[in-house]
Amino acid sequence: MPQYLLSVWHDEPYDDVDLSAPETRRQMARTDDVNAEMQRAGAWVFVAGLRPASSATVVRAAGDDVSMTDGPYAETKEQMAGLWIIEAPDLDAALEWAAKASTACGRPIEVRPTHA
Amino acid sequence: MPDLAGIFRAEAGRCTATLIRVLGDIDLAEDAVAEAFAIAAEQWPIRGVPPNPGGWITTTARNRAIDRLRRESTRTDRHVAALRLEADDMRPDRKPELDDLDGFVDVVADDQLRLMFLCCHPALAADAQVALTLRLLGGLDTPEIARAFLVPEPTLAQRIVRAKRKLRDNHAPYRVPHAAELPDRLHAVLAAISLIYTEGHTATTGDSLTRVDLSREAIRLARVLTELMPDEPEAVGLLALTLLTEARRPARTATDGSMVRLADQDRTRWDRALIAEGHALVRACLRRDQPGPFQIQAAIAAVHADAATAAATDWSQIVALYDQLCAMRPNAVTALNRAVAIGEMRGAAAGLTALDSLDATLLEGYQPYHAARADLLARAGRRDAAAAYDRAIELTANPTERRFLERQREAAAGPAEPGAADSPFRAGSPPTPGHPPPRRR
Repeated sequence: MPQYLLSVWHDEPYDDVDLSAPETRRQMARTDDVNAEMQRAGAWVFVAGLRPASSATVVRAAGDDVSMTDGPYAETKEQMAGLWIIEAPDLDAALEWAAKASTACGRPIEVRPTHA
Repeated sequence: MPDLAGIFRAEAGRCTATLIRVLGDIDLAEDAVAEAFAIAAEQWPIRGVPPNPGGWITTTARNRAIDRLRRESTRTDRHVAALRLEADDMRPDRKPELDDLDGFVDVVADDQLRLMFLCCHPALAADAQVALTLRLLGGLDTPEIARAFLVPEPTLAQRIVRAKRKLRDNHAPYRVPHAAELPDRLHAVLAAISLIYTEGHTATTGDSLTRVDLSREAIRLARVLTELMPDEPEAVGLLALTLLTEARRPARTATDGSMVRLADQDRTRWDRALIAEGHALVRACLRRDQPGPFQIQAAIAAVHADAATAAATDWSQIVALYDQLCAMRPNAVTALNRAVAIGEMRGAAAGLTALDSLDATLLEGYQPYHAARADLLARAGRRDAAAAYDRAIELTANPTERRFLERQREAAAGPAEPGAADSPFRAGSPPTPGHPPPRRR
């Protein structure tokens, strides 16, 4: 069955987002519901919420040399804040899950197919 | 000598649609259909055209595709890996075996519908939807589409390749959408057809005001859609709108190629057969009473078609229809057309008042806004008409339309003549399907 990455995006860095704010808690509760629904439907493979991009490190191997740099790889304002891997029979089914996920977490979701 | 080009144009979309279902892959289907037409081009002039040319092409294309897959059977794995478009009537994960292909060749009416929804998949950008629709359903080749849209050929080729790859990589399903998603998905198809029509109706640039081929192709597609989905009133509305707009084509350009506005058109040159067909469709929509944006725009075009002279136009009816359209789909362009209609019904001052209530920032880069405003200002005897004409001319890429506006500006700047209020250039532009909304960037 085809697999898709559903990534969740923030328009701005979200280091200072208050996770205990009522709206944030509601979004997290709704997202849990979608996870449960995906699991019941056999679509769920993996889900993770990500710490802010400022917590990222880039590791780059060149031959025997390995370098590390602070910060995310892409220096963009927009940040990936979480991701799902789902299985779906086709694009339309994946888009339907993305619509549910976006409604739940209140963020835009990018849908991308995996190889094979 | 058989009319191969005509048969190709009529049958290519249907054959490709079926072959995509049979082969599960757009490129394989296109190649197979092209090969079958090449064989037809050799055989038909000698043996005559078979009684069912579309069926002949489809069967031949299927057989050739199977032959080729068998010939290249060492590479079958690769081909099977390429077969990723899943039809509803195939099980998920089903990998088509060569011998299975025999069973799927019947021409299914739904195939064309599936292909329309695939080409206009909302995951594709509008320009890709339009290009893919013309290529796969219209049988136009890449250079033809590039010429029609005045896009460099490599750009258009790239657009089509990317769109096809995206559909394949994403496992886009080959099916007719379910009832729940149908309204949105159908809207995308209607919007694409209407964009094709509009592009043919008023070329954005280029020295000829109309490009007949695109308009005819759009009407053909709208016709196919209404035949396949007779119970969708908006599809019928779109067909009616394109027919009623097309009916005015013979009167839209003067013998020197210049543009003639609706109010000045020689209405005896309008195509009565197209008007009759459009009217019948509008009446059918009214009886069904499930109004939608395309049906209302068709009704507006029908009111224009009803008027024997521009002066006889029932503007109050048109304003009422625009009111309904604005309520249903609030949109700056619709509101602009409504203001123009008010200007016709109650005079230039009332039209300007309606125009001033619009959000000018949304319309600043929209040529028809400045053209309509200039016309209303000129009719109201205002001096700032010239500046509005300048802005409209600046935004006009089509040379024919630009010459028209330049003449208008000169007339407005000239000494006031008696009866200037009866300027012949009174009617606002009638709606054309899918008038693109102002671009915001």
